[in-house]
Amino acid sequence: MDKQDILMVGVGGQGTILASDILGDVALAASYDVKKTDTLGMAQRGGSVISHVRLAKKVWSPMIKEGEVDILLAFEKLEAARWAHFLKPGGLALVNNHANPPLSVSLGTHRYPNDNEVREILKQRTDKICLVEGTASAKEMGDVRTLNLFMLGCISNFMSIKPNVWQKCIAERLPAKILQLNLKAFEQGRKETSHVNL
Amino acid sequence: MKKLLSGNEAFALGAHHAGIKVATAYPGTPSTEILEYISKFDDVYAEWSTNEKVAMEVGLGASYAGVRTLVSMKHVGLNVASDPFLAAAITGVRGGLVVISADDPGIHSSQGEQDNRHYARLAKVPMLEPADSQEAYDLMEIAFDISEQFDTPVLMRSTTRISHANSLVDVSRHRSAPKQLGFVHDVQKYVMLPVHARLRRPLLEERLVKLTAYAETFPYNRIMWGERKLGIITSGVAYQYAQEVFPNASYLKLSMTYPLPEKLIHEFAQGVEKILVVEELDPFLEDSIKALGIKVIGKEFIPRFGELNPFVVEQAARRAGLLPGAPVQPSAPPQWLPARPPLLCPGCPHTSLFFVLSTMGQRAKILDASGKSQGETKMVITGDIGCYTLATYPPLRAMDTTACMGASIGHALGKEKAGISSKVVAVIGDSTFLHSGITGVVDGVYNQSQATIVILDNGTTAMTGHQHHPGTGVSAQGKKTKAVKLERLVKGIGVDDVKVVNAFDVKAIRAAMKSSLDNPSLSVVIVRGECAVLVKTRSGARAVDVEKCDDCGTCIKIGCPAIQKFDDRVFIDATLCAGDICTVCEQLCPKKAIGPVAPGDKS
Repeated sequence: MDKQDILMVGVGGQGTILASDILGDVALAASYDVKKTDTLGMAQRGGSVISHVRLAKKVWSPMIKEGEVDILLAFEKLEAARWAHFLKPGGLALVNNHANPPLSVSLGTHRYPNDNEVREILKQRTDKICLVEGTASAKEMGDVRTLNLFMLGCISNFMSIKPNVWQKCIAERLPAKILQLNLKAFEQGRKETSHVNL
Repeated sequence: MKKLLSGNEAFALGAHHAGIKVATAYPGTPSTEILEYISKFDDVYAEWSTNEKVAMEVGLGASYAGVRTLVSMKHVGLNVASDPFLAAAITGVRGGLVVISADDPGIHSSQGEQDNRHYARLAKVPMLEPADSQEAYDLMEIAFDISEQFDTPVLMRSTTRISHANSLVDVSRHRSAPKQLGFVHDVQKYVMLPVHARLRRPLLEERLVKLTAYAETFPYNRIMWGERKLGIITSGVAYQYAQEVFPNASYLKLSMTYPLPEKLIHEFAQGVEKILVVEELDPFLEDSIKALGIKVIGKEFIPRFGELNPFVVEQAARRAGLLPGAPVQPSAPPQWLPARPPLLCPGCPHTSLFFVLSTMGQRAKILDASGKSQGETKMVITGDIGCYTLATYPPLRAMDTTACMGASIGHALGKEKAGISSKVVAVIGDSTFLHSGITGVVDGVYNQSQATIVILDNGTTAMTGHQHHPGTGVSAQGKKTKAVKLERLVKGIGVDDVKVVNAFDVKAIRAAMKSSLDNPSLSVVIVRGECAVLVKTRSGARAVDVEKCDDCGTCIKIGCPAIQKFDDRVFIDATLCAGDICTVCEQLCPKKAIGPVAPGDKS
């Protein structure tokens, strides 16, 4: 793998930033040059959150050029649709099958896209669309906050970096108290996409 | 060993290794983390100052006392601190003084966009601009050396994509032994009576001449020869974007961007056929280079506002004919997709006040989706800078003005004195009030205002990530200290009508607001409740009893993200609901259809 440009998108509070931090550590541990940058908007919670993570032999810009993202890792379906145009043609969209309707949907002024519409928007860029059951799996595990580690597990199958490097970096970032549960979530994520052949 | 560090971490580590003894700041995106990282070092005194002006003054005082000092703030913070910053420029320093200004191109989290490189020219002080975390680290020590060598504060200019981008840093140094030079009495240097200031004034010009000579050989201003057809002059993160788009061009990469190395620029210009200046925001380099009589292209193609990125630079290059192919428009998601603006959190202690305000003074007249009212409302709400500015959005629409830190109170007084018929309410957060709201209250007392000032006291500086402030009783380094009591403060200024209400008691808030609005003299209502993000243990998530709910929509009008309507069904997301600490929706539901989830009921 020469280079990989990854865009992680989600909703504030979903743990995307921690996931992008770990991804950055993993890339460094695998001897890549790496840059990452997060866009948080202005509030702590509830807004769109975007992280650019780039790894290659040499990385210049911390931001990925639109239309050049190799993997879109979306923690939420509407955010997947919103950032689909950043994908390169034929890039990979890994999308958590979870809807978090923004307030304008609750207020009735806007409509949440249905699954077909999300798929159609993504299909304008790529046929490699993989829907994963992250939120359901994390809930089953008893802590919805493990979603981010599940999603990292999902993407790990598409990066040629060994699982033990991931596990080591995860262990270095997370407090011991929650480590085992999160490593389990990571493994669940790996299983979720292990059979996917795109 | 290489580490993956954000620019802000690199600044902090670089300053620590440069031997700083004192660091001051007021939180502001994207600068906040610099002081947060420094506050973890036991051998540095780090403080959250009341505001940036005070931060700069404390920093300058420490410098006069002979220690290396770092002062950090966001771009608009330097506006607040500009008076002492320019004072520092004329007195000069004793211990090295470095001032970080973190600009926010693209306005991710600010009230405006400005290019703070102009402050270097205004103050006649040297400026450094790192292009990644490695340079943020490396340049910090050099900045302190320059400060001491040339007797001047040094402006270190960062931007969002320097401060908030992580890149690899070779941490090569250890902490230098901090200097402790002590203070010496020297009135011609430190007491700026006009007679002394006139003596100092020519020194600023002499200093600039010396600094220009220094810039010529400054190793971080460097020419990298590539193909000679195109030469690019650039600085900061724009350098990275340019490299992405023009991998083979020749570069003059500037890290010291004021004063400029004129000879070096001439040398570069003579070596290339054409020059493109790639810089974010204003044509700061471009204008100066043109003034040297050198022909360049730049801002006729590169946008003057907003954030640059490789795509924007590439399209500009195509428009300029420097790259083959026609420029393409940025693609965009389908327009009908709902936006996801940030919101007040579930359990936010500000929500109830804004809900109450949204139901008073004919605020319901504000119907226009663009946020313009159809007629004059009977109550005008002047707002301020903080999470609570988000109450501007529907459904609350409970804010009419927001401009800069502390302005809510002055705006309220101005509207009142202009003679509008509406009642005037100023809304300001605790940290912002302490930052620059106090003088507004003094003005209101002195000039006999009739306004109502609401201080939203959530006990933290929430929007920037929960920093302590003078009202919290805890220092930046986690030590217990004396808390400034807001009610005592405003009473001491001379406000007679001061009420304190519980942020989660809707009835009490309504009663307090009514009484204060009816009072023909200045009144203050302190709405107090802990920021929900800081409440670690939660219990009693609320749920909607569908049997009792008649779909009146009142709970949706609170604007709580936990209360959602999807497929015509109102429900409360139990993973988001703050539960027992809040209960605002339960208090407001006319049908009593909201209550705690029954034990064992997981729906």
